[in-house]
Amino acid sequence: MADGVNAIEFVGVHKWYGAFHVLRNINLEVRLGERIVVCGPSGSGKSTLIRCVNRLEEHQRGTIRVEGVELTADLKRIDEVRREVGMVFQQFNLFPHLTIIENCTLAPIWVRKMPRREAENVAMEFLARVKIPEQAHKYPGQLSGGQQQRVAIARALCMSPKIMLFDEPTSSLDPEMVKEVLDTMTSLAEDGMTMIVVTHEMGFARQIADRVVFMDQGEIVEINAPEQFFGAPKHERTKAFLSQILR
Amino acid sequence: MSASTNSVAWVRTRSEPALPPPLFSRGAIAWARAHLFSSLVSSLLTILMLVLALWLIPPLIEWATVKAIWSAPDGALCRTHQDGACWAFIAHKFNYLRYGSYPVAERWRVDLTEISGAVLIGWLLWPGAPRRDIGAGLFFLVFPIVAFILLSGWESLGLPHVDTLLWGGVFVTLVTALVGIVFSLPLGVMLALGRRSHLPIVRLASVIFIEFVRGVPFITVLFMANNMLPLFLPAGWEPDRFARPLVGIALFSAAYMAEEVRGGLQSLSRGQYEGAMALGLHYRNMMRLVVLPQALVLVIPGIVNNFIGLFKDTTLVAIVGVNDFLATMDNATKDTIWSGPTIQPTGYAFAALFYFVFCYAMSRYSANMERRLGRGRRR
Repeated sequence: MADGVNAIEFVGVHKWYGAFHVLRNINLEVRLGERIVVCGPSGSGKSTLIRCVNRLEEHQRGTIRVEGVELTADLKRIDEVRREVGMVFQQFNLFPHLTIIENCTLAPIWVRKMPRREAENVAMEFLARVKIPEQAHKYPGQLSGGQQQRVAIARALCMSPKIMLFDEPTSSLDPEMVKEVLDTMTSLAEDGMTMIVVTHEMGFARQIADRVVFMDQGEIVEINAPEQFFGAPKHERTKAFLSQILR
Repeated sequence: MSASTNSVAWVRTRSEPALPPPLFSRGAIAWARAHLFSSLVSSLLTILMLVLALWLIPPLIEWATVKAIWSAPDGALCRTHQDGACWAFIAHKFNYLRYGSYPVAERWRVDLTEISGAVLIGWLLWPGAPRRDIGAGLFFLVFPIVAFILLSGWESLGLPHVDTLLWGGVFVTLVTALVGIVFSLPLGVMLALGRRSHLPIVRLASVIFIEFVRGVPFITVLFMANNMLPLFLPAGWEPDRFARPLVGIALFSAAYMAEEVRGGLQSLSRGQYEGAMALGLHYRNMMRLVVLPQALVLVIPGIVNNFIGLFKDTTLVAIVGVNDFLATMDNATKDTIWSGPTIQPTGYAFAALFYFVFCYAMSRYSANMERRLGRGRRR
């Protein structure tokens, strides 16, 4: 991609679930290497927003461009985008019938057409990076939640994506496992990965976000640098939200 | 200790040791007390069942062993010993039961087919076997052709043609069941995927097929396959009279299989599909690598249940004139040399045993598979 191209652009994006208007006129540009944290009350459309980026959800109006490629119904473009965009889910979504290493090598082998040996080397590299190389031959069900989520991160990284999406990655973890996952994400951020993170972890947002996006009722209410966002929120709804979650 | 926990603060000073369980919670006596004699009703039931078993089982064993006739040149001896089975009849008819009217000089071809089939199936079903991909290729691609040539004959190879009219006995049952099993699963998977397709035409066609086939009795399907199949084919293209019920059984079973597989597909969470899509997997690879391996494992009991049903339903092909094992047994019992009151009970008892052995083996194998494949899923 040429310099100056935004990693992701939302231009006037709308989405409805039936008659329910879930995304309302979303305009957002994410630069390469930028870390965006999206927060907001549940049902505000923040998950839907990032799921539109790799078209797990379809938007009905407006334009979404990922690395300059516009997302339309064209399957080839969707594939192109999905190859470059990694995603980590709240429920991990590891494949329980495959071992950890098989989970990590599946897409490189079948999507990137990488030779198995090479894919395994890459996978071991990333498993070492998320600090669980010794679990490579276990099944997901044998790992703790925090370990599974780190595997999910490694699995996404094995496709060497340019952009990583995190959809509430720590929300279904026991409290003592949140930190290991956040640490992994922090180190990824420090390496300059373009990231959009939907999370309620405000400490994490403060630490790594370049910008914080606050959503409510399907619209973006406020976008700000973390110091301003947490220190001096402008919008009433932002203030109300922050006063509820920060005690 | 309990006194101290009543106060506001309490701190443990020494760890609780791990103790062995109480004496009467384990062992055979404890088990019997808990499961067989836990209450008055349960004790009565236990005793009732014991009495019933003692009343039924010994006479049956006696009939089948001590009082049975094991060898005789004809039915005369069996006619005089009517309180025991006439195994001599089975021994005498054994080859007829295996091959039907298949020419005696050509029966080695059936043996060869059966042995190679058994070896390949063993190769496929044995989890630790090496190169099962080769085994699968041989079984699904090479074996059907070789088996067809062997059984039906190829003059230029020096194998005289044997008309399916002459086929009969065990090998016909095995061929029928095998063709049904091998074709119904992939067909069923395709129908199940079709039923969940986003393309309305594909979905509609699958639904119509499945609902229609499930809505009519198997015998109707057999009659239709027998009488209507020739109508769909070009004139002069007369399908073999054994091939017709095979098509019928495969299609019938496929409809049931489709519903089993659909159940498996529906029980997978959406997250599995999304995880696969987010990684960039196409529909085909997503289904092949992520969805179906999990969905099929989930429905192994149902699939094998269908296989077992199919195996027993093969007996119905007799209605359209195919001499399967049961029909052959029926014919054998009509031999006047052997006629006698014990011949039919013996013949049907033996047939029942034959079907039971195969069905029970399938059932055990599936239970084993479930345990083995379920290992990784345990949470």
